[in-house]
Amino acid sequence: MSDETYITRFPEIREPLLREKSSPGKNKRLVPEPFDPFDGNESLTAGDLPDLPDVSEPETVRHFTRLSRLNYGIDHGMYPLGSCTMKYNPKILEEIAGRICPIHPSDKAGMKSVLGHLKLLQGCLEEICGMDASCLWPAAGAHGELTGMMVISKAIESRGESRKKVLIPDTAHGTNPSSCTLAGFVTENIPSCPDGFLRAEILKEYLDSDVAAVMITNPNTLGIFEAEIHKIADLLHENGSLLYMDGANLNAIMGAARPGDMGVDCMHVNLHKTFGTPHGGGGPGSGPVLVKKHLTPFLPVPRIISDNKGEDTLWWDAPESIGSVHGFLGNVGVLIKALVYILSLGGKGIKDASQTACLNANYLRTRLKKSFDLPYDTPTLHEFVLSDKIQSDSGVTTLDMAKALMDHAFHPPTVYFPLVVHGSIMVEPTETESIEELDRFVCAMEEIARMAQDDPESLHSSPITCPTGRLDEVWAARNLVLSWNSLESKRYTRLSK
Amino acid sequence: MSYLTLNPEGLQKVLETIGIENPEDVYSGIPETLLSSKDLDIPGPLDEEAVRSRFTFDSSNVVFAGGGVYRHHIPSIVNALSSRQEFYTAYTPYQPEISQGTLQAIFEYQSMLSGLTGMYASNASMYDGATALAEAALMAVRKKKVRRILYTRTINPSYRAVMMTYLRHIPDLELTEIPYDPLTGRADTDVLKEKTTGDAALFIQQPNFFGIIEPMEEIASIAQDAGFFGIAVSEAMSLGLLSPPGAYGPDVVVGDAQSFGNPVSAGGPLLGFLCTSKTHIRNMPGRIAGLTRDTSGRESFCLTLSTREQHIRREKATSNICTNQGLCALRAAIYLSAMGPEGLRKAATQCASGARHLMKGMEERGITPIFNGPVFNEFVVKMEETKQTAMIADGIVPGIPISRHYPEISDGLLVTVTEMNTKEDCACLMKHI
Amino acid sequence: MNIPKDLLYTKDHEWGRIEDGAIRVGITDYAQSELGDIVFVELVEEGSKIAAGDPIGTLESVKAVSEVYAPVGGTIKSINNALEDSPELVNEDCYNEAWMTLIEMDDPAEAQELMDARAYGEYLASESK
Repeated sequence: MSDETYITRFPEIREPLLREKSSPGKNKRLVPEPFDPFDGNESLTAGDLPDLPDVSEPETVRHFTRLSRLNYGIDHGMYPLGSCTMKYNPKILEEIAGRICPIHPSDKAGMKSVLGHLKLLQGCLEEICGMDASCLWPAAGAHGELTGMMVISKAIESRGESRKKVLIPDTAHGTNPSSCTLAGFVTENIPSCPDGFLRAEILKEYLDSDVAAVMITNPNTLGIFEAEIHKIADLLHENGSLLYMDGANLNAIMGAARPGDMGVDCMHVNLHKTFGTPHGGGGPGSGPVLVKKHLTPFLPVPRIISDNKGEDTLWWDAPESIGSVHGFLGNVGVLIKALVYILSLGGKGIKDASQTACLNANYLRTRLKKSFDLPYDTPTLHEFVLSDKIQSDSGVTTLDMAKALMDHAFHPPTVYFPLVVHGSIMVEPTETESIEELDRFVCAMEEIARMAQDDPESLHSSPITCPTGRLDEVWAARNLVLSWNSLESKRYTRLSK
Repeated sequence: MSYLTLNPEGLQKVLETIGIENPEDVYSGIPETLLSSKDLDIPGPLDEEAVRSRFTFDSSNVVFAGGGVYRHHIPSIVNALSSRQEFYTAYTPYQPEISQGTLQAIFEYQSMLSGLTGMYASNASMYDGATALAEAALMAVRKKKVRRILYTRTINPSYRAVMMTYLRHIPDLELTEIPYDPLTGRADTDVLKEKTTGDAALFIQQPNFFGIIEPMEEIASIAQDAGFFGIAVSEAMSLGLLSPPGAYGPDVVVGDAQSFGNPVSAGGPLLGFLCTSKTHIRNMPGRIAGLTRDTSGRESFCLTLSTREQHIRREKATSNICTNQGLCALRAAIYLSAMGPEGLRKAATQCASGARHLMKGMEERGITPIFNGPVFNEFVVKMEETKQTAMIADGIVPGIPISRHYPEISDGLLVTVTEMNTKEDCACLMKHI
Repeated sequence: MNIPKDLLYTKDHEWGRIEDGAIRVGITDYAQSELGDIVFVELVEEGSKIAAGDPIGTLESVKAVSEVYAPVGGTIKSINNALEDSPELVNEDCYNEAWMTLIEMDDPAEAQELMDARAYGEYLASESK
């Protein structure tokens, strides 16, 4: 069964750059002018006006509206992106977060009304994760990882020890080793087993007195729950090392199991993944860090505490803290959205969300393994990995299949990650997808598998129904045109439609 | 509220397909000892009306606070356009064929930021001004074999604090704070000159935390002897009035562009930015959108120079940054287009005018700015706590107390004026003096 | 796979041509095809002293970054500046136009330890198994 319905129709217009529409005098913005313009001999004012395009409001609106129509969004269709948890973004989140817009961080009255909610968010996250304390200020998952690793570094330092090594499984996300480097560590890879697990036996061979921590993702990027995690934690603690958990895949286990119960000492969560806040085309996200009691002293400042009047206030006097990791309080708007999400669902709703995420993923896995190679037989939770082994026999790559999916009105799954699988295709539907959408996806994938057999050539030219075909990334990197100011020398003639 | 779509019929189909009896069986891979025995102790579920009633907030009516986060006029089209779902629910543009909206908007944002700062290129954003400065310091250490960091005391204290956190693990790095002239409030250029060497990186803020405009020509000339020179801009609106910082030859210009179209929002999300000269492009952290063409020659955009980034370079990456402040950058692009060159100049001029109006009014009532250097839209006065408290009780935020960070300035108050304040606001404040 | 007979080779896929007490270095056909389209080349500057195995340059494609290593120790006599503007030369003509570095050798005997064309060919064959 092939699916002929195009869920999104991209417009065929080509929208020029703002600069190309600019002409002096077009912009007629009436700016608030409450004060008499200052005069004086101060040579403050630059001679030239700011270097900006001069376009009218209607033109600005048309421009960005047209641009938006060249985008795929989660409200169009599924993004089965493994480890990204692209779930539905509830609109009530936007409405409520909008209410804090006028509050300046130095407005004590305003901030008082915000801090109570932030404290509740901390409590909810700690409860879901089984941890003792938390810090909401990291602005993204990678920022949370960096913060967590700095906390671990300080904790070890405060013992009077010096440990420089962090062990990371070969299935880890790229931010893991780069965060370690930024925190001053050196990283070493531990191989996962052929069945996808990280085993305590293997870890033992790598443990020595220089190991500060292991960074684990659970479930891992193959979607497999690391069943030996508690054994691993025990081994590490005996060795004086700590266990850090990348919480990117938390959506699999909320309400079912808690990282704190698994022996995790420190972890981060991604609010823009697990807790439904929108991805924004690349942020803003939020990556709160959670720790066990023994690491609390090292968390960043400030902390939210109750003062002697019983009111929530910010506390800066924590001598063992790693210091500040953000200029203010992180992405507060995102924090409020996550709290609205958590309270809207409630405890049971959160548990159901995770469970359904796992059910949806296993539904897809069962159906797709008929036409695609499933490299790991091991049970998986909210995501699973396929490879291009079968299709590559006819010269079709994972890249071809990903691009072909776009012609079926889907965003492709995560591809070429984790590195341990050749031509990896990581699929995570999330819990907010309907059976109909899941079935539509299976149809599209089966159609592509069929094309790979019958007409592989056609897949090399996909996508053909999107605003552009495949892009020349080599041209982009060789010519490096990063701004319209360096455009003229690199311009080439456009082919007419 | 639930956003699931699985009804009993759907659930049956799913369980049958997978081949399990009960939904909980999907967790068979989790050892029994790790399965939670208790339910989550979390309030809810709440319906939307309950949510609306629960989340009420306060804010003061008259606000003269800045210090790194600024209240500015945001044209209505910024919200209208950035709340289009195609923009705000979209993922990172790793698949450029269906992300041209995001990519072109990023390219335009980059173009406008590099134009305003007078630098060669900008990245797609950083978390905030503080982390942007920290990353600039790392650039200096990484590229130029810099062994010393010179930074002025007049850089925003939270920027300095974050920079320290990021630098703490780097061995043999000398950090030296450059004092300010207590009369002018400007960086002490004599000390600066004395301390500047070829293996030093020099960082200043313009306008500085006290709102004072630093002597750029002099500093630029001193910086020529330094190994690396960075300028931090925390009030991006200043770029609408002052000469572009790029004119003074820095290696990087970093800071926060929250002033462009993003609300103060209790301090976040903000919009860190990082602009660089041509030499440092490959050393720049963060995502970058670049021009390219597709298979039929159509002009289009994609993320480029990805080999610097964490997903390829891993432990050797220029930074670990992945998700940045994408939607905030989009809002800035819409804002700058909505304002245009004259609009931005007018708004910036109003900020400077407002500051002078309030300074004059306060001076007439005996409260003088403690520094005599030229200001943009912020200035420091001495005001006893009791006066501040009285104003706050009256719904006025007179400014930001700064003595915690600058104990040498007792009762110090940083006052900020923008085009969002009015003459009546100023009169309200002055009534209390 | 093109493996010129008159050159010497390393396990890291660099080639070397002896020229009067100096050695001219580049990367092999195998290396350039593995890396894909080269977008940027960065070379350690002239005058630098390096030991065998030290990095003398970095090659960037869209998918990866790779280091180029010195086959022998010495001083860098000159580098190929053409590669800055035309990195694609590495893909087009890796053995001639896309030479990277000319090293004045400290000890010419060190070059004896490099592989000849046949040994490199066998090495490539065994690698791919």
